[in-house]
Amino acid sequence: MPTVLDSLNSALHHAMESDSRVYILGEDILDPYGGAFKVTRGLSTRFPGRVLTTPISEAAILGAATGMALRGLRPVAEIMFGDFVTLIADQMVNHAAKFRWMYNDQVRVPLVVRAPMGGRRGYGPTHSQSLEKMFLGVPGLKVVAPSALGDPGGLLLAAIAEDDPVLFVEHKLLYTRPLLEAGQGDLADFTLETGGEPFPCFVLRPPAPPHLTIATYGYNFELARAAALELMMEHEIFAEMVVFSQLSPFDLPPLFDSLVRTRRLLTLEEGTLTLGWGAEVLARAAEGSADRSANFSLRAARRVAARDLPIANSRPLEDAILPQVQEVVAAALSLL
Amino acid sequence: MDENHALYKTMLLIRRFEERILAEFSTGKLVGTTHTYIGQEADAAGIFSAADPDDVVFSNHRCHGHFLAYGGDPYRLAAELMGKVTGLVGGRGGSQHIQWRNFYSNGIQGGIVPVAAGMALAEKEKQTGQVVLVFIGDGTLGEGALYESLNLAALWRLPLLVVLENNRYAQTTPVELAVAGSMAGRFAAFGIPTWERETSDVLEVRALAGEALAHVRSGAGPAALILHTHRFMAHSKGDDTRPPEELARLRQFDPLTIHAARLSPAERDAAEAEVTAVLTDAFSRAASDPFPSLNTDDQRLTTND
Repeated sequence: MPTVLDSLNSALHHAMESDSRVYILGEDILDPYGGAFKVTRGLSTRFPGRVLTTPISEAAILGAATGMALRGLRPVAEIMFGDFVTLIADQMVNHAAKFRWMYNDQVRVPLVVRAPMGGRRGYGPTHSQSLEKMFLGVPGLKVVAPSALGDPGGLLLAAIAEDDPVLFVEHKLLYTRPLLEAGQGDLADFTLETGGEPFPCFVLRPPAPPHLTIATYGYNFELARAAALELMMEHEIFAEMVVFSQLSPFDLPPLFDSLVRTRRLLTLEEGTLTLGWGAEVLARAAEGSADRSANFSLRAARRVAARDLPIANSRPLEDAILPQVQEVVAAALSLL
Repeated sequence: MDENHALYKTMLLIRRFEERILAEFSTGKLVGTTHTYIGQEADAAGIFSAADPDDVVFSNHRCHGHFLAYGGDPYRLAAELMGKVTGLVGGRGGSQHIQWRNFYSNGIQGGIVPVAAGMALAEKEKQTGQVVLVFIGDGTLGEGALYESLNLAALWRLPLLVVLENNRYAQTTPVELAVAGSMAGRFAAFGIPTWERETSDVLEVRALAGEALAHVRSGAGPAALILHTHRFMAHSKGDDTRPPEELARLRQFDPLTIHAARLSPAERDAAEAEVTAVLTDAFSRAASDPFPSLNTDDQRLTTND
């Protein structure tokens, strides 16, 4: 069964094969190593001139990608660990994301930055974070995150086809996950609605009228669905899941449609709680609720996220810091 | 047109444009900030007379002189400084953030250098034969992104010319307090050859730039052009802490005076009249142009486009 890693790797092969403007750059991406997480495996063998291994220079990687994009190429840059996006912040915020608007739409910056994020592998404080929250809301930048739903490789191809910069957030634990489909396995009871192009929002609807909405993205959908199954089996509580692919900017209709049915919202993310993705989602829901044109009145809402701490190396500590399925179940029950 | 005359006119255009800008700021007609090129005109005029018109340029906060020597329209630049819809980028960028043809500028120290390296990679891959010129100052030598980029440019033999204009002050900080070791040595560490001169003579700059550009254009990889120059005015507007006698002393290095000796009084008067006419027209047209308005449908934070 194909995994998320297979899907992403195939997508990069396809992108390079079908468009000679696509270049890949990053650290340790040459075969036989093929990248720290093997997403770039095989590319340097097939396309030796267009796969550029770089020194450990994240700012230069992104700056070079930006310059390439300004001058007609379509670079895909890999940041080996997403934690290192702090090193590309100036290039992203003050250069890549700014140029199109600042230069009065006279230029485009079609680049993709792939960044493996996330913890739960015992990598400790600087190799486990989910730092995408620092880039949410940056004007001119799209932040996209695949999950095991749908077609992660297709999502990456859509990012490469964009004419604006995209930060493509890959959770490390997703790589080995098999691709999921609704109506199969433990999702047999759920129906899947897919909306929005080119970065769809997935809505998984339970077999009975839902009690609450769980909004999430990326790998944390795995926690959401485990929690939703437990809520259904153990408590006869039905959760509808809204799984975003595009985190910023994001479309409200799929979320609002779900809230019309549930009026209760739980957000789930692996980044730190304070001023995070869930805070913005809750704010939008509260504004939607206050807006007379919206068809729902929000009854209760809650965020589940990482504690506001660095991520510890020791597994029991890491588990205590990052959100767990039982926390999601407890938070869901508290909303009812 | 005679080469000497053309170089003089370019430098005079920059000088008078910048003087006009400072005057407009002092009378409140312009708001925001600016960084004038007065005293450094020989650099831009000499370099762009040696460059190919299709070469790619990434300039910095002090970009007016580079832009005008590149062949940019003073009217569009004036309109941009005034925030008018007819400005180079419709009033969105202002003094430090302009784009026209193959000319780009940004107000972040050092951050433009990796972007320029990526542009050079693109030109190399597309086999256009074009060189990318990136302008930095002595102040930029403090930024780490510069050294990451020099390393990449040397490793990948990119057609990149780094122009380092050392005007000896980073805002108010003298170079002695900010730059350790040798400037050329910083490039030498990456195996990047340097062409270095202390001069305000546009003919010397042009000859030196021609040599450096020829090296880069030959495919031999990046080069650096280090020009030790003088900034006569404040870093931006009111932030000059240098004593008046030092500023007066610098006038002996005025590139316009140095080059003017090669022209007849009649030629100088003709250039002055021509530049005055161009700038009078540019500033009066720009002043009467409309301001832009924000397209409220263009809220890219909340939509997919």
